[in-house]
Amino acid sequence: MSNDAALNHEQRDDHRGHHDPADTTLFGFWVYIMSDCLLFATLFANFAVLSNSYGSGVEAKELFQVDFVFIETLLLLVSSFTFGMAMLGAHRKDMARMKKWLVITFFLGAGFLSMELYEFYHFAHEGATPQASAFWSAFYALVATHGLHVFVGLIWIITLSFHFKREGFSEKNMTRLACLSLFWHFLDIVWVCVFSFVYLGKAL
Amino acid sequence: MPQQHGTGGEAHGSVKEYVTGLIFSILLTLVSFGLVLYSEMSPAVIMTIIIICAVAQLLVQGIFFLHMNGHSSQVWNVTSAIFIIFIILFVVVGTIWIFEHLSHNMLMGH
Repeated sequence: MSNDAALNHEQRDDHRGHHDPADTTLFGFWVYIMSDCLLFATLFANFAVLSNSYGSGVEAKELFQVDFVFIETLLLLVSSFTFGMAMLGAHRKDMARMKKWLVITFFLGAGFLSMELYEFYHFAHEGATPQASAFWSAFYALVATHGLHVFVGLIWIITLSFHFKREGFSEKNMTRLACLSLFWHFLDIVWVCVFSFVYLGKAL
Repeated sequence: MPQQHGTGGEAHGSVKEYVTGLIFSILLTLVSFGLVLYSEMSPAVIMTIIIICAVAQLLVQGIFFLHMNGHSSQVWNVTSAIFIIFIILFVVVGTIWIFEHLSHNMLMGH
């Protein structure tokens, strides 16, 4: 009886292991995202340690504009939602619908990134360059790493749209889209930590 | 039923799921920003509420956007996520703890 159950179990595992290479790819990408979490964790720890090391430079409280960051946050949040809509379109094999939502996602992401770059420019103009103090080094290291991820995500959306143009809803493309979806939602999750601990924490 | 299509790794949501996630996320974000902009409470209290909202938002996005629903096909995704959460706590809390002590001891030397 128990032997039978064990055999059954083994068979099922075997089945799962070989059945779908797409799932293996997706799990591999998930593990990459988990390791990316660790990268951000070290940057957050670094920021926490240096969060009061201004030296004689300009302080965060004087520069952070909470309402500006709120708009940035909304853009990224809504883009996470629109990517979800694109995923639903893809699962229904509805090219027009997927394309529409992906384009919206792209522009929301691009809007977010432009706002962030404008903000960096503004800060640097006020004397808060990465060289200004340990705090600003830690700030730029953390926030710009997130921004760089968003930039990579935008490039990925463009390249993927070419893949879809060429192969349509092939199995490979669906896997790619699912990976990008994980990546994009992950960026949103990291941003929640950034606005909570960096912007709001320092604006208090 | 789209849910039964995948053998693992990924579950697709529904429009309802994504809309719910979006509404909860925006509400939690509004609470955090609203407190910082308009509240007269002490910074310690506000920060505590912000941290609670952040954790709630991570859960909301994990459940509604990443579809981490404890489905048996996701057992390794969830296992690796729990593993990494522990590592993150060790790294972040450990670093802050060590450096607090360090700066405290440095000041004592003065």
